[in-house]
Amino acid sequence: MSDASQPVDDVATKVDEGALGSFASGVQTTEEYPLRVEGLRKSFGGITAVDGATFQVESGSLTGLIGPNGAGKSTTFNLITGMIKPDAGTVTFNGEDITGLDPHEVANRGMVRTFQIARELSEMTVLENMMLAPQRQRGEELWRSVLPGVRNDVREQEEELLERVWEVLDFFDIDHIAEEYAGNLSGGQRKLLEMARALLTDPDMLLLDEPFAGVNPTLEKKLLEHIHELREQGYTFLLVEHDMDLIMNNCEHVIVLHQGRVLTEGTPDDIRSNEEVIEAYLGGNV
Amino acid sequence: MSVRDDIAARMPGGDAGLILAVLATAYLLYVLAGVVLGYDLRGQLNSLATLTFYIGVFAMLSLALNLHWGYTGLFNIGIVGFMAVGVYVMALVSKPTFVAGGAAQVGGLGLPLWVGIIAGMVAAAVLGFVVALPALRLRADYLAIVTIAMSEIVRFSFLSGDLQQFQLFGSKVGFGGGSGLILDFVPPLEALFQSVGLWGVYLGFVDATKVIVPTNPKPVVDGLVYGLLLLTFVTVFFWLLKRTGESPFGRVLKAIREDEDVANALGKDTDRFKIKSFMLGCALMGLAGILWLMPQGAVTPNFFRPRVTFFVWIALIIGGAGSNTGSVLGGATFAALLYQGPRYFQNLVTTVLPNLDSPPGFGQAIGPLISQLDPVPFLLYTIDSIRQLQLVVMGLVLIWLMHNRPEGLLGHRKETASVISLSRPKAAAAATDGGSADGDVQTDGGVDVADNNGGVDDE
Ligand SMILES: Nc1ncnc2c1ncn2[C@@H]1O[C@H](COP(=O)(O)OP(=O)(O)OP(=O)(O)O)[C@@H](O)[C@H]1O
Ligand SMILES: [Mg+2]
Repeated sequence: MSDASQPVDDVATKVDEGALGSFASGVQTTEEYPLRVEGLRKSFGGITAVDGATFQVESGSLTGLIGPNGAGKSTTFNLITGMIKPDAGTVTFNGEDITGLDPHEVANRGMVRTFQIARELSEMTVLENMMLAPQRQRGEELWRSVLPGVRNDVREQEEELLERVWEVLDFFDIDHIAEEYAGNLSGGQRKLLEMARALLTDPDMLLLDEPFAGVNPTLEKKLLEHIHELREQGYTFLLVEHDMDLIMNNCEHVIVLHQGRVLTEGTPDDIRSNEEVIEAYLGGNV
Repeated sequence: MSVRDDIAARMPGGDAGLILAVLATAYLLYVLAGVVLGYDLRGQLNSLATLTFYIGVFAMLSLALNLHWGYTGLFNIGIVGFMAVGVYVMALVSKPTFVAGGAAQVGGLGLPLWVGIIAGMVAAAVLGFVVALPALRLRADYLAIVTIAMSEIVRFSFLSGDLQQFQLFGSKVGFGGGSGLILDFVPPLEALFQSVGLWGVYLGFVDATKVIVPTNPKPVVDGLVYGLLLLTFVTVFFWLLKRTGESPFGRVLKAIREDEDVANALGKDTDRFKIKSFMLGCALMGLAGILWLMPQGAVTPNFFRPRVTFFVWIALIIGGAGSNTGSVLGGATFAALLYQGPRYFQNLVTTVLPNLDSPPGFGQAIGPLISQLDPVPFLLYTIDSIRQLQLVVMGLVLIWLMHNRPEGLLGHRKETASVISLSRPKAAAAATDGGSADGDVQTDGGVDVADNNGGVDDE
């Protein structure tokens, strides 16, 4: 782990960890790089979908993760959030090793993802979908939901949550379909529902897998503005997106994944002028 | 498709009204059948008590299964195993201690009935935990295999000689093996009324009913009162499960049923929720088993064959998985039409047409149909063996349902998984009731989602 060939800032945090112990280093990494991925590897049968991906995401940034189809972006998301377990490598979130944790444990720690193909809960209404998201609800304890006296506490919290839910619904412009079953929504509406739902979990970091696919341009603009607002408040975003203009205009840092590996990373300008990237995108598979 | 949905929506009194209407219809049919069969008043009352009993047990079981399958998507086909464990543990705890030379081969711990009932429910829940823990982590269909295997293992364990009798806390107890167990504790109604000090009042009441049932009214009254007790339990089950479903807990269960990965990705420890839901349902199945067998005087392991599990599944499917009202309706319909119905039908036919001789064997029945296209002997034979054909009839009903109404009587009505109505809070509604840009279904922000599906139905 401590070989000298790592990138400079990575070594810096490593040193801190050694000197200050895990607590102090946790704070340190929280501030700089909440998410660090090292040597992540996963193969499915013969295909190595992710092949030693190593990168980190800066706190409060909107980082883009790009790459041709099949580059392993979604699989990387699955590995980070515990949906599938890596063959090798580590994932560190806010200074804590979260490799191999269950998805809910990752979500509880403040990192939530959306899915590339929207996974709405189709026989639940949009409202029910949204009300599900907030963390640590009192009424998730069976006894509190059932016993007469304490159920009032649950009711109170439900009322608070409901107000927030309606605000978010208004913001995402899906309030008019609030009582619709999620399975009846259009593709774009499902995407919106998913992002709204993820935001309601109140995460520190959001992993968005092609969130704008099928969303109309006006709303896309509005959502991006909102993402920038949240970013200024300290939220961190990792965004998978095929629209290069969108990535170049909105992300301050871009990671290019190719055949499961980080091909290069840098500012949008670096990426734009990078030969390898052009080749990976335009020249097909090397 | 929605003639019946409309009936449900327009039913005065809502869910309760619908349930009462179905019950009233069933009772009316049975009274009419009783009249045709020439039952006297005692016979009529007994027939209604039996009907109530089966409506009660099947409604309870189908409610419990609805928690597993309808709410959480857990495929439990070992229901009868949890019932068995409930009954046997209850018997172990509450049977009087062993007395040499008594009627019972083995004794129990001699504790009060309510202790036994709680112990039985806890045992069923613990068994649920043991079964679910490994199975829930595996693929979903493993739970099905594990539960049905478990229910047969439970039955064979109670059949086995090893558990026939053993020593526990210094007394001779046991499960009686294949010959069964005498349930020689205080009869449940007596225990119930004694515990609230009303046994004398009850006996007085029984005495007063001599006006309508002159000789020995007690068994008749007992049967009817026990039926009412079961319906009370159905109400309690309903209340409990409605609150469970209409809560944040129930919301997570619903999400698990829809897409477990999503619930998990949203930070819900889905295994924990599944196990809790499973254990609660198992405890309720244990209780339903206890209430079913407690008044029977004896219990044998072979009562707990898998067919009982499938009866409960049919009841739930008829009513519609996902709806508590549907579960009760399914239980009632199953009990009245499919479980008790064939026997009444056969009695009715033989009463109305007493001189018809049905052919003694299948050959004589089918022969005329093939050679002379005469269906009468075949029909008579069918009616004569209708009780044996009960399972076939159930299978046909299932197939018909799957083709024509897979969602059951009420499956498309989904109860909102929240403690409160999720319509827009009043203050906010006034502020932001703006129109929407795209032309999707516009729903009124003030509509109460609890009794409205929102804009359109999905079919
Ligand atoms: N569960 C799986 N089983 C088998 N192969 C898989 C699985 N998931 C992903 N793969 C393979 O891994 C590779 C990477 O897939 P991944 O979905 O991560 O790509 P991606 O970068 O998200 O592509 P896209 O831009 O098209 O969404 C592909 O070759 C894919 O076929
Ligand atoms: Mg992808």
